[in-house]
Amino acid sequence: MSSRDAIVAEIPRLRRYARALTGQSDTADDLVQDTLERALEKWHLWQRAREVRPWLFSIMHNLHVDTRRRAGRIDYRDDDELAEVPQRSEAADGLELRDLDRALALLPTEQREVLLLVGLEELSYAEAARTLGIPQGTVMSRLSRARSRLQSILNGEAVPQLKVVKT
Amino acid sequence: MNAPISEDDLHAYADNRLDAARLTQVEAWLASHPEHRAQVDAWRSQSASLHRAYDAVLDQPVPARLMPPANQSRWFELRRVAFVAWLMLGTVIGFALRGEMPRETSPLAAASLPHMAAVAHAVYTPEVRHPVEVGADQEAHLVGWLSKRLGAQLKPPRLDEAGYRLVGGRLLPGERGEVAQFMYENAAKSRLTLYVQPQAAQAADASFRYANEKGIDVFYWIDERFGYALSGSTGREDMLRLATLVYRQRAP
Repeated sequence: MSSRDAIVAEIPRLRRYARALTGQSDTADDLVQDTLERALEKWHLWQRAREVRPWLFSIMHNLHVDTRRRAGRIDYRDDDELAEVPQRSEAADGLELRDLDRALALLPTEQREVLLLVGLEELSYAEAARTLGIPQGTVMSRLSRARSRLQSILNGEAVPQLKVVKT
Repeated sequence: MNAPISEDDLHAYADNRLDAARLTQVEAWLASHPEHRAQVDAWRSQSASLHRAYDAVLDQPVPARLMPPANQSRWFELRRVAFVAWLMLGTVIGFALRGEMPRETSPLAAASLPHMAAVAHAVYTPEVRHPVEVGADQEAHLVGWLSKRLGAQLKPPRLDEAGYRLVGGRLLPGERGEVAQFMYENAAKSRLTLYVQPQAAQAADASFRYANEKGIDVFYWIDERFGYALSGSTGREDMLRLATLVYRQRAP
């Protein structure tokens, strides 16, 4: 399989993760596009022993961190900043998507990343740790916090703290 | 002997990451701890709702702007073209200024051997499908062909002991006629090229010289009938070691 084919095969997975991570389709596809460009540039550095998927996710993670750092973004989004719900045949699905977008946006980014890599992308804990460049123990503690916090948010229990991320 | 059930075990259970033995233990433990059973079920239901909400993206057609161009990455190609153009500009400026400079007696200075070698290195090392004209699998043909065209016996040196295998060779137009280029590659896909140019017979200057041409390290020397230039980007120290290896194989 050529480098292009191997990378193209991962695009749907990258789009799903980016969509859930950023909460917005356009922002997500911008992130995917940047990730693909970087991956093709760096392809010759990629070692065959490594799985291509965690490698691509780690490129995306680094770009996402850079973008947020540059923007000096506040780790919080207004309701009207959240994505429009795409037209879906079943309204219930659309509502669930909207609820999850909101709830995920209220998680700190580092918790959201772990939750999505494990719960949605089904990476192993070791792969998630390599992708994010953190120890596996940190993956477990973030996963734990993310799950209990998401549960509280979805149950309407917690008023999440707004956390300002310093530039 | 059973290790106590930790929260990590419960997450691993929810994520289907436990091996069979541990799975049985955790299931037995959960049967007697209903509040944790509910917790684990809630986590599983979170993952299921993530899938329900975002899996639709997997079935959407990929927007055209995200599809990389069919061959190599065009960004990579553009970068390469710009790089080669930059090197060629140096050649043109050097040629235009040649009258202004005091004429050096060294045959190397006149021949701009390292520069030409670096240009050829930059052009051919990124090639995926056609890095060489004749592959190492047809070495007898490669040796016969290049020796005939360059007018002297020419055999590619072996760099296997340094981890580089011969990919093959090609014939190039040089400043004084035909030039041969051999290419080598290591396990990390890093490539070296050895540029071999026939020299005027009087040139005998076997000392190593070093040039850095826009990031490409070039070691070059003259040995009897040929000028050699070894180009690569693995760092000066490493390149010196490889050049020494090449040189030793030329000496009788």
